[in-house]
Amino acid sequence: MTIDLKTVKHISKLARISTDEKKANKLANDLNSIFKFIEALNELDTEKVEPLTSVADTKLRLREDKFEANNIRDKILKNSPDENKDYFVVPKVVE
Amino acid sequence: MSDITKLSLNELIQNIRNKKLSSTEITNSFIERSEKSKKLNTYVTDNFSSALEAAKIFDEKPNMDLKLPGIPIAVKDLFCTNGVRTTAGSNILNNFIPPYESTVTQSMWDEGAILLGKLNCDEFAMGSSNETSFFGNVQNPIGENLVPGGSSGGSSAALAANLTPVTIGTDTGGSIRQPASFTGTVGLKPTYGSCSRYGIVAFASSLDQAGPMSQNVKDAALLLEVISKFDNKDSTSIDFKRNKYSSELTNNIKGLKIGIPNEYRVEGMPKEIEDLWKKGIEIIKDCGAEIVDISLPTTKYALPTYYIVAPAEASSNLARYDGVKYGFRSEGENLIDMYEKTRSEGFGEEVKRRILIGTYVLSSGYYDAYYLKAQKVRQLIKKDFDNVYNNVDAILTPSTPSSAFKIGEKTDDPVSMYLNDIFTVPVNLAGLPGISIPAGIDNKGFPLGLQIIGKPFDEQTILNIAYSMEEKINFKNNITDWWM
Repeated sequence: MTIDLKTVKHISKLARISTDEKKANKLANDLNSIFKFIEALNELDTEKVEPLTSVADTKLRLREDKFEANNIRDKILKNSPDENKDYFVVPKVVE
Repeated sequence: MSDITKLSLNELIQNIRNKKLSSTEITNSFIERSEKSKKLNTYVTDNFSSALEAAKIFDEKPNMDLKLPGIPIAVKDLFCTNGVRTTAGSNILNNFIPPYESTVTQSMWDEGAILLGKLNCDEFAMGSSNETSFFGNVQNPIGENLVPGGSSGGSSAALAANLTPVTIGTDTGGSIRQPASFTGTVGLKPTYGSCSRYGIVAFASSLDQAGPMSQNVKDAALLLEVISKFDNKDSTSIDFKRNKYSSELTNNIKGLKIGIPNEYRVEGMPKEIEDLWKKGIEIIKDCGAEIVDISLPTTKYALPTYYIVAPAEASSNLARYDGVKYGFRSEGENLIDMYEKTRSEGFGEEVKRRILIGTYVLSSGYYDAYYLKAQKVRQLIKKDFDNVYNNVDAILTPSTPSSAFKIGEKTDDPVSMYLNDIFTVPVNLAGLPGISIPAGIDNKGFPLGLQIIGKPFDEQTILNIAYSMEEKINFKNNITDWWM
């Protein structure tokens, strides 16, 4: 199978990455060579194989619902790309 | 002492404990040499003035019982360091200052180590040559215009150039072992779940592991002992009984069975690599261990599996970089436009390529054909290892299919770049420990490494094998300080 320009634009949209025509063409080429390489997996019969999601053979642990990080609010807000010191600010969402 | 920076970690510790050297003297030496080595581009952010202050404080009241007393160490810029910029080699995190510390680095500071700085790496650890970093290429100290490997390329280069006595990297598909092999150093990827992932910028969560990089095996054992511990803050951290890796280190490997996987004789493998492997086999025999031919039939499917699993996890992990709470933001006409511009300008080409692969294989209609298929093949790869470990204690392979290549040589062809990790990727998919040790040089004089793969949680055995082999190989890096 081949990945065409339309597909590249569709997955770029899904991934929230803007892509212009020229870049989309190059990406389509790259992705096709990568997927050609990936398609080797189809040689294997995996009908009866259980998928492996994690090699760590552990159940998720429960812990007490308490917080440990103290007074880092200001430090966190300082990393915000907007200058505002009290909130995270984003472009207008509701018209 | 004139050559402080050439001392190994264990030698430095001995000198500090004997009061022959102070932490300040040592820290100063590494800073001076680092200042003269800017051409290598190993540091993204230095922490030199704070390091000197910390060294002074240590010297005023030295605690010699600590495992890393007053030792300055630079780390890969993928570990969050409280109050010190952490970029992951990306423009999107260019100005990010973490308000918390990664567990692995905290464990080092708790044992007396001092942060020297943050080392360059491929963007979000995606690369095998350090060429995808927003902060530029890193030069390999073994020769001009050679890549240092990746993604822990700043780490391997800084270590080989004696800018830090040891370092830590992260390894998702080979990112510790391949750069170690390219720079004539030692790199160990621990069993998945050994070292906490808390505070490490995430790439592919089911594969990522932190691990030590060092001049020799003994140093790696000591650093592993410091950073390998159970951590409640990482839900995949495993509570198993860890060895005292450094004090239990022995060169007695008599009677161990070492497997040689037939499938690692890949098509087009240079004869030098084949010869190096044969040399390794002879050394193992010399050490009194037994060589066993084994088969890992699904080996050739490991890379294609990896290039579905890792991008899928990455596309999900990297969804958090949206320009809202931290990191780079590009202004847009509306919210969606802001997201799309931020991510398009903030991420480099390789990262975007992998996010798109991941988005595609997880998207509706393709999930079963790609992602589920890859998870099933991953099961088969793991079973291959489970089977052979009924008969052998460890496995010996080459670390990489070539020595260090030229900067720019493989950047236009993603698949040829990916092939670098052909011998290291299966180890991550199966969650096993693996170590690369320098084992020889090729006809260009560049270092080549051998990899020892162990059973889960059996880091001690691969360290012991590496230690025994190291003694007999007696590898010396030929570094001329050409960049000064």
